Amino acid sequence: MSSGVRGVVVGHGGVAAALVAAAEEISGMHGVLFPVSNSGLGKVDLERRVLEAVGEGPAVIFVDLPSGSCLFAAMRQLPSHPDVRVVTGVNLVMLLEFLFHREQSPEEVARRAAESGSKGIGAR
Amino acid sequence: MPIVLCRVDDRLVHGQVVIGWGRPLGLQRIVLVDDEVRASDWEQELYRMAAPPEIAVEFTSAAEAAPRLAGWDAGRERVLILVGAIGTAADLMRRAPGALRKLNLGGIHSGSGRRERLRYLYLSEDELAMLQRLAREGLEVSAQDVPSSRPVPLKDLG
Repeated sequence: MSSGVRGVVVGHGGVAAALVAAAEEISGMHGVLFPVSNSGLGKVDLERRVLEAVGEGPAVIFVDLPSGSCLFAAMRQLPSHPDVRVVTGVNLVMLLEFLFHREQSPEEVARRAAESGSKGIGAR
Repeated sequence: MPIVLCRVDDRLVHGQVVIGWGRPLGLQRIVLVDDEVRASDWEQELYRMAAPPEIAVEFTSAAEAAPRLAGWDAGRERVLILVGAIGTAADLMRRAPGALRKLNLGGIHSGSGRRERLRYLYLSEDELAMLQRLAREGLEVSAQDVPSSRPVPLKDLG
């Protein structure tokens, strides 16, 4: 796939796979987002899956909840991966923004994705 | 009974613990007994993030926790003792015999030599034997991931 920041989506149950499938269907972009589920995995195995998905980096790891095992597995990558950033509260708006704007630094890509994701939330 | 739950969960502080059990049990403090986490400020910071402000989180080693179990049990706070491995629970029992009465197996995931006993519980034969020994010493052992699920007694996990 094209160069740029890689995206890893980490979530409970089938959340990550569903979000990635939906983002790919909408954007037509494949091989950029990589889902990781925590289902059936302990701490060590989940961290290994996240690490494998991050690869060589640079990457942004999107996590469903702002706390818990998925976030911990993502956060544990940070000390050894200076080109990785973590964004919590993943949603589809955020992933679509990411897919079309991932040529800048992981820090900027993450900031922009988080901002877009926040703007996508509303009550009408 | 201020120690309201003693749980083995290899994900340590996470949603099932703070929400699934925390709310119905009215938890006020989680004591995370884990030598590795006790030695790491970084790990402690992560686990603190997982708990809501109304639940205090305390980090101890097994050696530090054992002499304090009776005090927590006699205290007024509703306390959950949380360990990441059966060996840690056994260590607590060895250091403070009788201080724990029940052990909840909440989540032990697949690993070397382990076999699936329940969807959320994988045990090796050595771990099963360790639990059976703890049961003979008076510990009531059962598996239950969340309060709404059926507790499964140790004898059904073999």
